[in-house]
Amino acid sequence: MAQSATPKWTELAPGTAIIEPGSARQNRTGDWRSQRPVWDHDKCLRCGVCVIFCPEGCIHFGQEKDGYPSADLEYCKGCGICAHECPSACIAMADEEE
Amino acid sequence: MEKRVGMEASIAVAEAAGLCDPDAIAAYPITPQTHIVEHLSELVADGVVDAEFVPVESEHSAISVCCGTSAAGARTFTATSSQGLALMHEILFIVPALRLPIVMTVANRTLSGPISIWNDHSDIMAERDIGWVQIFAENGQEALDLTIWAFRLAEDKRVSLPVIVNFDGFILTHMIEPMMMPDREMVQKFLPPFEPLQRLDVDHPITMGPVGIPSIFTETKKAHQEVLTNSLGPIVETLEEFSKHFKRSYKPVETYQADDAEVLLLTMGSLGETAMTAVDMRRKKGDKVGLVRLRLWRPFPFADLVRAIGNVKVLGVIDRAVSVGGPPGPVCSEVKSAFYNRPAQPQIASFVIGLGGRDVPIDDYDAIFDELLAINKGAAVREPVIVGLRE
Repeated sequence: MAQSATPKWTELAPGTAIIEPGSARQNRTGDWRSQRPVWDHDKCLRCGVCVIFCPEGCIHFGQEKDGYPSADLEYCKGCGICAHECPSACIAMADEEE
Repeated sequence: MEKRVGMEASIAVAEAAGLCDPDAIAAYPITPQTHIVEHLSELVADGVVDAEFVPVESEHSAISVCCGTSAAGARTFTATSSQGLALMHEILFIVPALRLPIVMTVANRTLSGPISIWNDHSDIMAERDIGWVQIFAENGQEALDLTIWAFRLAEDKRVSLPVIVNFDGFILTHMIEPMMMPDREMVQKFLPPFEPLQRLDVDHPITMGPVGIPSIFTETKKAHQEVLTNSLGPIVETLEEFSKHFKRSYKPVETYQADDAEVLLLTMGSLGETAMTAVDMRRKKGDKVGLVRLRLWRPFPFADLVRAIGNVKVLGVIDRAVSVGGPPGPVCSEVKSAFYNRPAQPQIASFVIGLGGRDVPIDDYDAIFDELLAINKGAAVREPVIVGLRE
């Protein structure tokens, strides 16, 4: 069962430990985003540097056709590290609409 | 079985910690704690104690290593003093917040400046609010006994909090005295193997020490306050259990000649021993003076203290530290708060004494008892008094 985000003091695990592994997945950090990464498939080498450098671990192969990488927008914070690191400069950061 | 030994109290504390079969020890030597960790490192090097001894480069690292080993489920011991304790400061709060049952001996020494290696309680008073169980030994035997007891209490699953055993630097640490030293079998009967409340384990992953966001932080403080305050029950229970095993009895608050006393004096730590002699001398003269010895400093035993003072009209409180610009005696301040909002309070006189290793002879207690008896006959309570000050 998921831990409550606003527990009573009696509901905290000892030492305020998080006892449910992987529970960070419950935080949809994509809400923070003001920009999103957009891949230009004409330039993309499918080298995977963006996958490795993504601090959120939210860029994956497999979602996009033809083996191109893509970001899971539920978790992508729009930090732009992928765009900065991309050796072929194929990632553009596009503004999210308000 | 126990053996009567003549031993330096520091060595006895190291032996006692060794008898508790610790898994990990991380410490940095500092006067007057040095003999404890020197002896423990010898015990480990000689194979007498099967522990990982981590000789770190500072006290900040010592307590940080202890956090890691304790979180991994290792029975963990360390010891320090004064500047070393101060260097641990930021980590000290984290240890109980993570509910890690580390046991630490503090050989009480003043804090610089001016530079001083000698005894008073300034070091631990500066760490009053770290949220550990804090207890004071009065002599070497107590320091030995409370070290063994500290592991039992710390690891009690109702508690699972770190414990500091305070004993006065040099006055106790370097004193050679006759003591009863238990053997390993006795200690093992009293102290069951360590079963942590929770630990870092790759097969059952948990996160210790996550960020306490504003919507959580208040609740974590309440939880800590409750578990530390409620540790009083297990403290009394485990001290009674200790006395069943070792025939030596300790209580959070103890009294001496207090039953019919007209005035009482409260001490904490080694001063209690000399104060008892001073009480005996005054009793021979017919003065009804008595003593209250505060052993447990955190959680503060409010109810036990109020009960021990009873209906006595005049109470003197001795402090071995100064809150500069404040009360100035931290113990007195706490004692006063125990009585505020109660229907009746004794008159409470504050005495600061024995700073930075200044000797506290019987004459000082005599002067204090004179003053308390005068207050009992109508004299006004003076502003806090620094005893033995040259003016």
